[in-house]
Amino acid sequence: MRCRALLAGALALLWSIGVSAAERAPVAQQVLHHGNGSEPNALDPHRVEGVSANNIVRDLFEGLTGISPTGEVIPAAAAQWTISEDGRIYTFALRENLRWSDGSALTAEDFVAGFQRSINPATGNTFAQMLSAIDNADAVLKGRVPVTALGVSAPDARTVVIRLAAPTPYLLGLLSHPTAFPVHRPSLEKWGRDFARPGRLVSNGAYVLKNWVVQSQIEIARNPQYWNNANTVVERVFYHPSEDINAELKRYAADEFDSTYEIPLVQAKALRVRYGKELHVAAYLGSYFYGFNLSKPPFKGNPKLRQALTMAIDREVIVGKVMNGVALPAYSYVPSGTWNYTPQVPDWAAWPREKKLAAARRLYAEAGYSAANPLTVELRYNTHDDHKRIALVMAAMWKQWLGVNTRLINEEFKVFLQNRKLHEVTQLFRSAWISDYDDATSFLDLQTTTHGRNDSVYRNPAYDALLQQAATTADIAARRALLEQAERLLLIDLPVLPIYTYVSKHLVKPWVAGWQDNSYDYHYSKDLQVLAHPERRAAR
Amino acid sequence: MMRHAAKRLLMAVPTLLVLVTLTFFLMRLAPGGPFDRERSLPPEIEKALAAEYHLDESLPKQYLRYLGNLLQGDLGPSFQYEGFRVSELIATGLPVSLALGALAMGLALLIGGAMGILAALNHRRLPDYGVMSAALLGVSIPSYVVAPLLVLVFAIGLRWLPAGGWVTGRWSDLVLPVMALALPQISAIARLLRGSLLEVLQQPYLRTARAKGLSPAKVILRHALKPALMPLVSYLGPATAGILTGSVVVEQVFNLPGIGRYFVQGALNRDYTLVLGVVAVYGTMIVLFNFLVDLAYGALDPRIKTA
Amino acid sequence: MSPARLLWQRFRAHRAAMVALSVLMLIVLALCIGPWLSPFAVDSIDFDGEWATPPSTVNAHWFGTDSLGRDVFVRVLEGGRISLLVAFAATLVSLLIGVGYGAVAGYFGGALDAWMMRTVDILYALPFLFLVILLMVLFGRNVVLVFVAIGAINWLDMARVVRGQVLALKQREFVLAAHTHGMDSAAILLRHIVPNLAGVVMVTVTLTIPQVILTESFLSFLGLGVQEPATSWGTLINEGAREMQTTPWALLFPAALMALTLLCFNLIGDALRDALDPRDAP
Repeated sequence: MRCRALLAGALALLWSIGVSAAERAPVAQQVLHHGNGSEPNALDPHRVEGVSANNIVRDLFEGLTGISPTGEVIPAAAAQWTISEDGRIYTFALRENLRWSDGSALTAEDFVAGFQRSINPATGNTFAQMLSAIDNADAVLKGRVPVTALGVSAPDARTVVIRLAAPTPYLLGLLSHPTAFPVHRPSLEKWGRDFARPGRLVSNGAYVLKNWVVQSQIEIARNPQYWNNANTVVERVFYHPSEDINAELKRYAADEFDSTYEIPLVQAKALRVRYGKELHVAAYLGSYFYGFNLSKPPFKGNPKLRQALTMAIDREVIVGKVMNGVALPAYSYVPSGTWNYTPQVPDWAAWPREKKLAAARRLYAEAGYSAANPLTVELRYNTHDDHKRIALVMAAMWKQWLGVNTRLINEEFKVFLQNRKLHEVTQLFRSAWISDYDDATSFLDLQTTTHGRNDSVYRNPAYDALLQQAATTADIAARRALLEQAERLLLIDLPVLPIYTYVSKHLVKPWVAGWQDNSYDYHYSKDLQVLAHPERRAAR
Repeated sequence: MMRHAAKRLLMAVPTLLVLVTLTFFLMRLAPGGPFDRERSLPPEIEKALAAEYHLDESLPKQYLRYLGNLLQGDLGPSFQYEGFRVSELIATGLPVSLALGALAMGLALLIGGAMGILAALNHRRLPDYGVMSAALLGVSIPSYVVAPLLVLVFAIGLRWLPAGGWVTGRWSDLVLPVMALALPQISAIARLLRGSLLEVLQQPYLRTARAKGLSPAKVILRHALKPALMPLVSYLGPATAGILTGSVVVEQVFNLPGIGRYFVQGALNRDYTLVLGVVAVYGTMIVLFNFLVDLAYGALDPRIKTA
Repeated sequence: MSPARLLWQRFRAHRAAMVALSVLMLIVLALCIGPWLSPFAVDSIDFDGEWATPPSTVNAHWFGTDSLGRDVFVRVLEGGRISLLVAFAATLVSLLIGVGYGAVAGYFGGALDAWMMRTVDILYALPFLFLVILLMVLFGRNVVLVFVAIGAINWLDMARVVRGQVLALKQREFVLAAHTHGMDSAAILLRHIVPNLAGVVMVTVTLTIPQVILTESFLSFLGLGVQEPATSWGTLINEGAREMQTTPWALLFPAALMALTLLCFNLIGDALRDALDPRDAP
């Protein structure tokens, strides 16, 4: 945690983000317009996918825990909780008088029903596995036992008890995710899975759904039944889908949006000059890396080649010039800022470029390649401007510094996903992972032998054993040591080539108060307000 | 004439069937499915999702199911936008696309027509050269360059118009998109009308009219315009196609919720039903439009009427 | 005087078209030899130098560098090669299909013609570009697929124009004469009809090329253009349009060159049409 705070501080200094003009008074018309990436696939908490949709669902619903504007786990629907000695039983006490937006009482049973629906394979929740720490979750998911066997129960109307299969230190943060939200059973009965529509959706968060025009906007309004409604300021919020980030930026520039989902990296330098403090950049738990397919040539049984390619990349150039400073160079697989964890950076990371290149050239030669017999390798990435730019620069570095011929193969996303999964045609491929919960295992698990996203076909029993052992270790320090040891192993075997750590990046108008940068990149509308500002034009 | 028209309408059925069939199997041949994503899914969830959308059935069976539903006017559920029917999505998207297309076409006919007449009236004089250079430039610059420039000037610079988005009933949202969409068509229509007017003016009866001392403007408006419209009418077919494809770009650049944007997003997301639905709607519109063009052609050309 | 010479003479009278022709030849020449004049390669990056620099004569980046520090001059010329290659190839595809189809339909007439033209009608009603988008999205992209696909869209126009022309030619004396002399249909088609289509076809071709270039640029806008690091005008303009506020030169040069090229083709096409149809001659 401290590490993350430090990082956030460093970034804050770097970008000289100040607190926006808090002295100014709130305006009468409390309306916000957010640019929000792609169109949400759903607003049903147990079917929702992707950051864009989650942003809205977090305003509509509330879990047992929430995230504060500064990124701490805080009580939400639960007022407090206790954890058993062995770290395997969590007992949550709900707040008094919790209500759904239709006025009906929200009870512990609604949470139990929510968890059961979430994990039920028939629901088709693509995030169901996030709950696998709960007792019997895997058996329910596989259909071996009924959903009622899930380790979540409601001894009385205001108590939720969660039993875990293994101690899971990150559970509290995970409960702020939509997959752990409650369900309003009468609506589910009445509408089936189509309950999450305007006019039907009954929710328990600070806002209710008003209107939804696909590819145009989603409008939400404050929920008078919400327990903390008295402290909510913003009346209405509009989420606008805009998959074209340049279009989004233009609408921000024209004051149509109060915040953006993203910024075009190509323009980051110019945006920093033009918008100054409006540009919010903060550490984010995501890792961008390339994967080597270890089951096929040229990377099969060729660690020296993998090491050479890894060392012959100047991450400072990639972050500084390609990403225009909107990222952090990464030498480790687990991003810095992860809870209770120190990323395992190799010694050579601090070497000057020439020394790295000398070592890389030696390894390249030892792997059997030379100017007369250069490596020719295929690099796959999916169609996207940023992926393309990075691939081009990586290829140019390998070409100009090692003599490698890289063939760039740009594939449409779904085609790319399939090829990456099948491990048949891939050699070197783009990859990335954004953590589901704040813990190193969210990243390290991916590289275990049986994981569905082990795209590199990495097989190391020692690595698997370390993670297995960590999963059952209750002692936080011992667990941390095991995980760090696993990453060191990973960085020797190099199934992946770390490139950069993500940061969140938004433009936020100076009149939006309460927006603070945090590593979850959660910005609940209930924590925001609109202030009077000389540059602000009347709301649309 | 009516029999010809009825025949044309009947032709629509096999046309649409070919279209839907082609699209259906093309989509299914594509690598990747609607539920492939960055995270890997447990097989149980994958199975549940496939069953929910009948993707676990054989392809012919799915095809027949789709056709059966189509006959009953049901375009099926969207794969990407859960809980939405495709017909529902098209019902919200089509009016936007239609308004955009119709306005752009109207604007193109009006301005392009005026420019064409102006050029023909002043054949080989300054206005002619001016109009023709402008028109040539207009067909040579793609709309995705024009669109951001328009936004830069009118939305961000002058702040007269919105930079994007769509709120029902707010027509100012459509001004810039319509301009961007109409520009290439304005140029094409101006060139076309000028050419056909000049050709008609060479006809003996019009030469006579001019020789009798009628002013060129009168000759054009009274006698030459109607026959000169013929090539323009037959150009309307390709123009519609141009506007349809152009709207894909314009809807994206201006964040408009039209069906062109559905199509692109749908194809990328493997939203089989949405893509099929949009293609079917496009096909129907083109068939319908060609039919109207036929009718207009008949009304303009006396030879077809007597035939 | 032979028809070709007559055509050339009439064409030469169009001063604007003659200028366009020379400019076009200059552009093609520049595309052929230009890349060798610059010290930079299409994908080379100077990692330690400044990126996104404006045009300058000092550092040999005559058109400046793009946001990845690549030389815009070389990229514009390389892009032009691909764009023109795609355009010529696609037009050739549409030419072959369109002329064959149109000539057969027009010449044999009757039920065959009705049936063939009905098919064209059906195909016209297909939103072809959408099918192309689907194809490109689904089956990856390569330059060959791009031009085959674009050619497949454009042959319909060609077929209609050619059919109309053949219908008219069929009634001409020399064709009738060939018939009465017992020449078979294939021979008449090849020897008498097709050569006489040259003018019409030439006009359609010059007007199809700019359309194809625009279509390719449209596909590039959707991210379906050629594979990096190869490039085309469409790809360059599209990238440039996104960065027009930071590196306007990366938009300006490819856009200007493409617009100029399209302009030339259109001017030449117009002049050819006038030359073929002497009623409008000065």
